[in-house]
Amino acid sequence: MADGQQHLEFERPIVELEKKISDMKDFSVGGNIEFDSEIDSLQKKLKKLREEVYSGLSRWQRVQLSRHPKRPHTLDYIKLMTTDFIELHGDRSFADDRAMIGGFARIGDQPVMVVGQQKGRDTKQKLIRNFGMAHPEGYRKARRLFHMAEKFGVPIVIFIDTPGAYPGLGAEERGQAEAIAKNIQVMFQIKTPIVVVILGEGASGGALGIGIGDRVFILEYAWYSVISPEACAAILWRDAGKGPEAAEALKPTSDTLLELGVVDDIIAEPPSGAHTDPPEAARLVKEKLVTTLKELTARDTGELLKERLNKYRNMGVVRE
Amino acid sequence: MEWFRKAKSGLVSQERKNIPEGLWTKCKSCGEIVYSKKMEQYLWVCPTCNFHFRIPSRKYISLLLDDGHLEEMDNKLASADPLKFKDSKKYPDRIKAANDKAGGTEGLITGLAKMGGIPVSFSIMDFAYIGGSMGSVIGEKVARSIERAIDKEIPLIIVSCSGGARMQEGVLALMQMAKTSGLLAVLSDKKVPFISILTNPTTGGVMASFASLGDVIIAEPKALLGFAGPRVIQQTIGQDLPEGFQSSEFLMEKGFLDKIVERRELRDTCISLLKYVWRG
Ligand SMILES: [Zn+2]
Repeated sequence: MADGQQHLEFERPIVELEKKISDMKDFSVGGNIEFDSEIDSLQKKLKKLREEVYSGLSRWQRVQLSRHPKRPHTLDYIKLMTTDFIELHGDRSFADDRAMIGGFARIGDQPVMVVGQQKGRDTKQKLIRNFGMAHPEGYRKARRLFHMAEKFGVPIVIFIDTPGAYPGLGAEERGQAEAIAKNIQVMFQIKTPIVVVILGEGASGGALGIGIGDRVFILEYAWYSVISPEACAAILWRDAGKGPEAAEALKPTSDTLLELGVVDDIIAEPPSGAHTDPPEAARLVKEKLVTTLKELTARDTGELLKERLNKYRNMGVVRE
Repeated sequence: MEWFRKAKSGLVSQERKNIPEGLWTKCKSCGEIVYSKKMEQYLWVCPTCNFHFRIPSRKYISLLLDDGHLEEMDNKLASADPLKFKDSKKYPDRIKAANDKAGGTEGLITGLAKMGGIPVSFSIMDFAYIGGSMGSVIGEKVARSIERAIDKEIPLIIVSCSGGARMQEGVLALMQMAKTSGLLAVLSDKKVPFISILTNPTTGGVMASFASLGDVIIAEPKALLGFAGPRVIQQTIGQDLPEGFQSSEFLMEKGFLDKIVERRELRDTCISLLKYVWRG
């Protein structure tokens, strides 16, 4: 996709038809019966075209959708589906990582601690958010907020959207590996319900570093894997351009994740992806969170923690 | 201690494949040429620059454990191919090649042993097996070795050597980080000690899970330790990495290691520590 372009290659016929319909609508203001029936038939055509395109997406195309330039990010969801969000900053040790955000919010009347990676939309924001790639201080900030949620008895809602933990000099110096490892361990000890939603990209340890939960959900066109398809292709195919092949091999898409038991459910997106209707996407996420939080907050915490461990204890496939 | 204890005869042929061959050995770090017999005596540590050559996991077993003995367990566990993964090779073919090369360890040897008379649950990774990469089998073996430590309330020792998670098992490889770290939370809550020993290299998903969660973390000198691989970092920042970046000494300076311990002192150091932390 060229820089600044706001749609993906496979979306083009849909976008073009949409434009045609909207142009005709502009013309037909005042009510022209011939136009109206034409618009009507085009709209039927559009619906059919959408179904065709979206039911036949390859895994690679779905990975591209997860990175769509208009796809809603963590703060968009927070804005659309929570009230009274109070952002909390800093790891109390080194810095405030803007790639990892968190704070108190209400989902319906349920107070929660929400934590997640944040990507930017324009170039300036992308840099400020470091493309959603957190440093160790981001993971440590998340951990601080997990402990605070436990202390004040509010459940935790996690939004995952990251191409990975940042691989840089400062990140290594400040212990990226230790920060992620410690988070994973601590998330098994936090005595309050944790619900994880993978919104877009869920790459590697960078995702898992805030990814342990009693329930893990994934949006229809999000992905979750040990490595991004491009990075995998660069290593195994020695060619980062082989992302489509690597995506087929890694099977990082929501359908396979559900089959493998790595996620508990898939949250459907609006028919042509979350970016075509963010309020509806947020409504669907909220609906899932409301019922899940209701169920989990009624549970005994000790049992919840045992189940949390058992769920991950059984992941993996071996022969014996 | 007799740190140049002879390996058991049955193991020799397998070891030969993994250690530098020939009468003379060139040090990969300083270039010094050393008589191979002498290298063996030095436990494959360069006498000039102290570079620790990678040695087979069986060699560590004879070096670290009482009588060089490990009661091996879970050695029937074998890799499956849950994703039907294929790049230039099919995953099962890679497994088969690795079994031929590394003698069916599946990347990790685990079991029960004693160190200085103290019972331990012991695991050691095998870099010769697909770069020590962690898939479901390694995750499961580590998990069971943690569970043995929990059930028997005996110290856990893991010697790590790994390039990270095994890509060919996709997201299930990632989940092994969760599985092992979750069980370490239980171990820690029960106040059962865990000594994590890092050897060259320990990076990626192993470093970002159990290897970094020891009560005490020890590394061999000059090992490559970190989250991201040096090449990935180089590409990201577009410049060469500083000398010694991600070495044991670097991590020690930054506060992420308790100790750097030379190979010949590993056993005694562990035993001294175990005497403090084990309430047998
Ligand atoms: Zn040397």
